[in-house]
Amino acid sequence: MTPTDRFTGFVDRARAAGRLVVQPRMGFGELHRMRAGLRAVREADATTVGTVTLDSYTRCHDDGTARRALRDDPAGLNGFPLLAHGVPAVRSLLQDCSSAGFPVQVRHGTPLPLRLFRAMAEAGADATEGGPVSYCLPYGRVPLARAVAEWSAGCALLAAQPVPPHIETFGGCMLGQLCPPSLLVALSVLEAMFFQEHGLRGISLSYAQQIHQGQDLEALAALRRLAGERLSTPHHLVLYTFMGVFPRTEAGSRRLLADSARLAVRGGAERLVVKTPAEAHRIPTVEENVASLEYAASVAAATAADRERSPRATESGLYEEARTLVDATLETGRTVGDCLAAAFARGVLDVPYCLHPDNANRARATIDDRSMLGWSRAGAMPVTATATAPVTARRLTELLTFNRRRFDRDAVPHPLRSAS
Amino acid sequence: MNVTACAGRRLRVVVSGLSSDAHLWNLVHLQLFLEDLGHEVANLGNTTPDATIVEACRTGRPDLLVLSTVNGHGRTDGLRLIRALRAVPSLAALPVVIGGKLGIDGRDHAGTRLTAAGYDAVFDDAAEGGPESGLARFESFLGALAAGHSRGGPAAGAGAA
Repeated sequence: MTPTDRFTGFVDRARAAGRLVVQPRMGFGELHRMRAGLRAVREADATTVGTVTLDSYTRCHDDGTARRALRDDPAGLNGFPLLAHGVPAVRSLLQDCSSAGFPVQVRHGTPLPLRLFRAMAEAGADATEGGPVSYCLPYGRVPLARAVAEWSAGCALLAAQPVPPHIETFGGCMLGQLCPPSLLVALSVLEAMFFQEHGLRGISLSYAQQIHQGQDLEALAALRRLAGERLSTPHHLVLYTFMGVFPRTEAGSRRLLADSARLAVRGGAERLVVKTPAEAHRIPTVEENVASLEYAASVAAATAADRERSPRATESGLYEEARTLVDATLETGRTVGDCLAAAFARGVLDVPYCLHPDNANRARATIDDRSMLGWSRAGAMPVTATATAPVTARRLTELLTFNRRRFDRDAVPHPLRSAS
Repeated sequence: MNVTACAGRRLRVVVSGLSSDAHLWNLVHLQLFLEDLGHEVANLGNTTPDATIVEACRTGRPDLLVLSTVNGHGRTDGLRLIRALRAVPSLAALPVVIGGKLGIDGRDHAGTRLTAAGYDAVFDDAAEGGPESGLARFESFLGALAAGHSRGGPAAGAGAA
């Protein structure tokens, strides 16, 4: 039997102990800063795993620019240039910083992951993430069929390692915001099935916090149920703190982060990837990341001790809609990979507003009068839509800034409320 | 010339992200923003290679190229791209603007260098304290360009300046 990777094992132990695992987004150009960042996360007062986020030149396979930037202006890189540093340096970094008690995930964001997966495996990364759809459609112009083929080869390469690393779907985070949860759940499950089909056994399924706590609870329940029905391997759920337009105020940002920690506990997610208030403006510092991790962990602990005040999940038929999308996709081909490419070609899967040439981009999402995400145009997808007026730039801004406005508004001290 | 109330002529605009930037909502928003003002948009999407942008401008002959980037590499990628664009004789006078989050730390204001390298206007969120004032200035820029623009005439570049 294949041994369990350290990342899967760590999250399993935390689950058994009733603790939420929290994780930052973090990537620095220089080795010494990356090392210091990982150590600070490891030492944080929370149950943490580490993150190495790659810079966008490496993601785009622009190795020359990544190498020049590392030489001339490493502090100007927006992440860690794994290939420019080279495998021996990265292996040494991970040996210094990671352990069974602090596994590290490498986050990369590329539709063509093969050479990065090879380097990660050689360097001893515990985990990575993404998916043939979620790291293709939102990230540019690589044809989906090509991404599927390379993800197939990349997953096979990882599965052939003595200890195959853990892998997480990014399908539950498509475009960061304004994607109806049924599609997020369906894509996350389909990408997990894709990983399993290629022999990977340490799997987690992502979902990104959206705009309505009850709907998000319903989505997490649907994700857990559908994953349980479609996967034969043990798995866990990872929630992302809202990834869209963030509140401007410190207080609003903290409330949004706190809401995501409560949602993770109440929705039964085992792991939470946090945001920092600074991310509305720039890449956060190590200290800001640690502060967010510790704050999220403290809110999670308080929530775990007080389960009675949990808001209720909505009952909007989200599971049924996600299941219908998964089934309609799986009817289109033989392998999960083929099905994903065929389903997007036919518009059976269609990510609203996504400009990728292989996405139909006929479906549209909106926020309804209950403040829930829903469909305003179904395209060719088997979903229920409520027609609304076409979206203008002003309306799109309203939709994208829904959480910013809500949390910044509520963050302002209210004289009557505080007096009562 | 058929001048409408606010926008002057209908401009043919190419919108694009930069080669290393995967952000999308900024491009979706800019397309709607331009279309709402009556302009015609070809959206090249995100992570667009320099060569694709240059080729789209060479063959499409737009009235304006709008580049938007928020991943912090704009000052580097933007400089490289404008040099490639200005090196093509037929694009030497094409109005080209860039905006967004251009550096990673929110402080490094790259506007002067980008303008010196050939951009007609730079809308730097960090320098302007957020995207709103930049967007307002962009709308004024569009108004001036649309009002002064005559297709194929030599004034296109001057109208932008």
